[in-house]
Amino acid sequence: MPAPAIELRGITKRYPGVVANRDVNLRVESGTAHAVIGENGAGKSTLMNILYGMVVPDEGEILVEGTPIPMSSPADAIAAGIGMVHQHFKLADNLTVLENVILGDEPTGRAGRIDFEAARARIVELGDHYRIPIDPEALVADLSVGNRQRGEIITVLYRGARVLILDEPTSVLVPQEVDELLKNLRRLTGEGLTVIFISHKLDEVLTVADEITVMRNARTVAHTRPAEITSRELAQLMVGSELPTPEPRTVEVRSEVGLRLESVSTRGSGHETSLSDIDLTVRSGEIVGIAGVEGNGQSELIETILGLTSPVAGRVLLGTEDVTEAATSIRRRLGLSYIPQDRHREALLLDATLWENRMLGHQMHPPINRGVWIDRKAARADTEQIVADSDVRTPSIEVLASALSGGNQQKLIVGREMAGEPRVLIAAHPTRGVDVGAQAAIWTRLSAVRRAGVAVLLISADLEELIGISDRILVILRGRFVGEFDPAAIGPEDLGAAMTGADAA
Amino acid sequence: METRIERVLLQLIAPVVAIFFAALLAAAILHFTGADAGSVLGEVVAFGTTPASLVAVVNKATTFYLAGIAGAIGFRMLLFNIGIDGQYRLAVFFAAVVGASVSLPPVLHVTLIIVVAMAVGAGWAALAGYIKVTRGVSEVISTIMLNAVATGIIAYLLAPGRLAERAAGSNNIRTTPIPPSGWFPGFEVAGKEVFGFTLVAAALGIGFWILLNRTRFGFELRASGLSLRAAAVSGVNSKRMIFVTMVMSGAMAGLVGIPQLLGSSHQYGLDFPAGFGFTGLAIAILGRNHPLGVAFGALLWAWLERSSQILDLLGVSREIVTIMQATIVLSVVVAYEVVRRVNVRRQQKLVGRSEHVGIENGATA
Repeated sequence: MPAPAIELRGITKRYPGVVANRDVNLRVESGTAHAVIGENGAGKSTLMNILYGMVVPDEGEILVEGTPIPMSSPADAIAAGIGMVHQHFKLADNLTVLENVILGDEPTGRAGRIDFEAARARIVELGDHYRIPIDPEALVADLSVGNRQRGEIITVLYRGARVLILDEPTSVLVPQEVDELLKNLRRLTGEGLTVIFISHKLDEVLTVADEITVMRNARTVAHTRPAEITSRELAQLMVGSELPTPEPRTVEVRSEVGLRLESVSTRGSGHETSLSDIDLTVRSGEIVGIAGVEGNGQSELIETILGLTSPVAGRVLLGTEDVTEAATSIRRRLGLSYIPQDRHREALLLDATLWENRMLGHQMHPPINRGVWIDRKAARADTEQIVADSDVRTPSIEVLASALSGGNQQKLIVGREMAGEPRVLIAAHPTRGVDVGAQAAIWTRLSAVRRAGVAVLLISADLEELIGISDRILVILRGRFVGEFDPAAIGPEDLGAAMTGADAA
Repeated sequence: METRIERVLLQLIAPVVAIFFAALLAAAILHFTGADAGSVLGEVVAFGTTPASLVAVVNKATTFYLAGIAGAIGFRMLLFNIGIDGQYRLAVFFAAVVGASVSLPPVLHVTLIIVVAMAVGAGWAALAGYIKVTRGVSEVISTIMLNAVATGIIAYLLAPGRLAERAAGSNNIRTTPIPPSGWFPGFEVAGKEVFGFTLVAAALGIGFWILLNRTRFGFELRASGLSLRAAAVSGVNSKRMIFVTMVMSGAMAGLVGIPQLLGSSHQYGLDFPAGFGFTGLAIAILGRNHPLGVAFGALLWAWLERSSQILDLLGVSREIVTIMQATIVLSVVVAYEVVRRVNVRRQQKLVGRSEHVGIENGATA
């Protein structure tokens, strides 16, 4: 038997407070399509980044065709014939496909002149050979998402990659594009190339992969083939057998409405899926979970509720107040809180102190706000309180937010958003990328605010989390709600099927 | 636990290192061009510390300070107001025209001139703010172009028969002088007159500090500058904030020429000093956009410019000071970034210690 195209042995990568990969082993045979699946935060992306040289592991070794290769930068990976197609494409919009492909690796003729002819011929040849046709002269800005992805794949092939890594390649595509991509992947492996791809969508994995590796909690927990397993069993492997026991729901959901969306549609911006005719009611004392594969309209839903995007049709109500046209600050003042998925981008001022961060989003509320003034003393006292209550490990509230570890940043944010008696809380992937201890603490706090009568909208890709703490689960697919489930009566595998649309609910 | 003093000291390291480095470079250049660096430096310091020089430094620094604050207001919101130059020239020109054309009691007259200057500066900057917010045009581009337009407008209006007249016995073309009721009285120090407007500039600096640190608006401004997206999510209307900041920066820029107009020249002419826009931006960077830091920056700049006047007499090229100023700005930017990183690392260490051992546990919840 020939040496595997790629072999990872005993890979471990630690970040402060979290282990992203723990003794991971992966063996990818040459000429196969190998799927790596697992929940968010299972360590898939870290593993792929290690393989592509973007992250250097603390322990373990990487073997390419049986030879250990020291991998310390993407240049090493490219030299070893490994290429990566990123989830968020790295193409320059204002250049043509040709220019993007050769960018950083320009074929130069005499006197350093770029030999565009040779490059163009090679791109056309690659496209013909692998049947991935693409117009080298097309401007990337004019391309559809699927064609951009082809451009990325061609770029990787142009660099001579024999092993292609695709990070959630289908998450941004529409169904027809997905079919096309899957066909292309099969052609690539047919030509002897090796494909490693990350996915959430079990049906795709089962159709296209030759082999499957499952990751959970930073480890590789199973290695299997599509013929030997059902999607139900795969889901179980991903989630693990232990779901947190849902706490007894003693709380009566109150009749008063916290948040209501009535026939809301949005226009959609960029690659974001727009909402079409969404109806949603979250009552006080209720956690409504939104399940769905990322990019199916979750961001638009959040932006619409926050008031960062105006709907083209429909109404948004907080309590009984119509806030469809209201500014974010007014919604905040009415008691809207938000735990964003990307805390560095949306929730923190990294170069400001903890107590200044505590004011963010509360600058219009007492005790922080007193007319045009802000009360720094109250802000500091309040921050001390949050730090103590939420167990944020910090020597002082004067340190910069960037100095805290991810889990502690998230605990601070959760504490902040739950302060000041919110009426509606949007929690988007509240436990993504935090360690297990912080995760449990955050779940406890979400349940606590629910008991206090807050209407909670929980958007998550973590099925365990959704089933564990939601009172109702809605499934969002291509900007619509396609099903409603009782978490007590549904397993992660059924939910997973509904999310991918494999099973019209 | 770090103390407040430690934090302040850490902030001061960067400019001190930058100035020291620039002085070293200047000395090296002096040395290689054959001058005696030691004696030149001695002469410069001696001249720069005469009472007459110090008063001139304070007066010049007042102008620089206002330009620096105008730049700092923009920087705090990540806006690059390159248009300070055009805003203040247009503002001081119209202020001079209006000031000369009315007759009012003293305090009212001065107030009117100041209000006109701020309004013109704010209005001119508002154009750039408006097209940034509605059309996404970078303020860098639009304010550069508006500077050119301002030059054109002034060139057109500053002509005999339009809004100006030829000064008797000289080639200078200028607006009609403002009557004494529209002068801002100065005060005497060591026989020299310090601009009265210096006190107003200081008060504006304090006001800027209070606005930034004690008001909701200031917090939202700083938050937007640190992360526009996080601020928007927290409820700040980013577009409005960009526009308002631009207008405020422009209003402050409108005052740049006022100490000179109200304190000494009392008219706007071809000889009116120009080109303070970029100086203001450099000073704002040097002073970290902090009102006190900008004050030191303005004083340093003014002192360097004043002291350099002696260089001609010593047979040394005055451009050495320009080199020094440039070196200070370049090296202070580097030094601030280094200090920032050192600070973050230091804090991470402090935090790490208090987190005990990280929770290295991969077990299932």
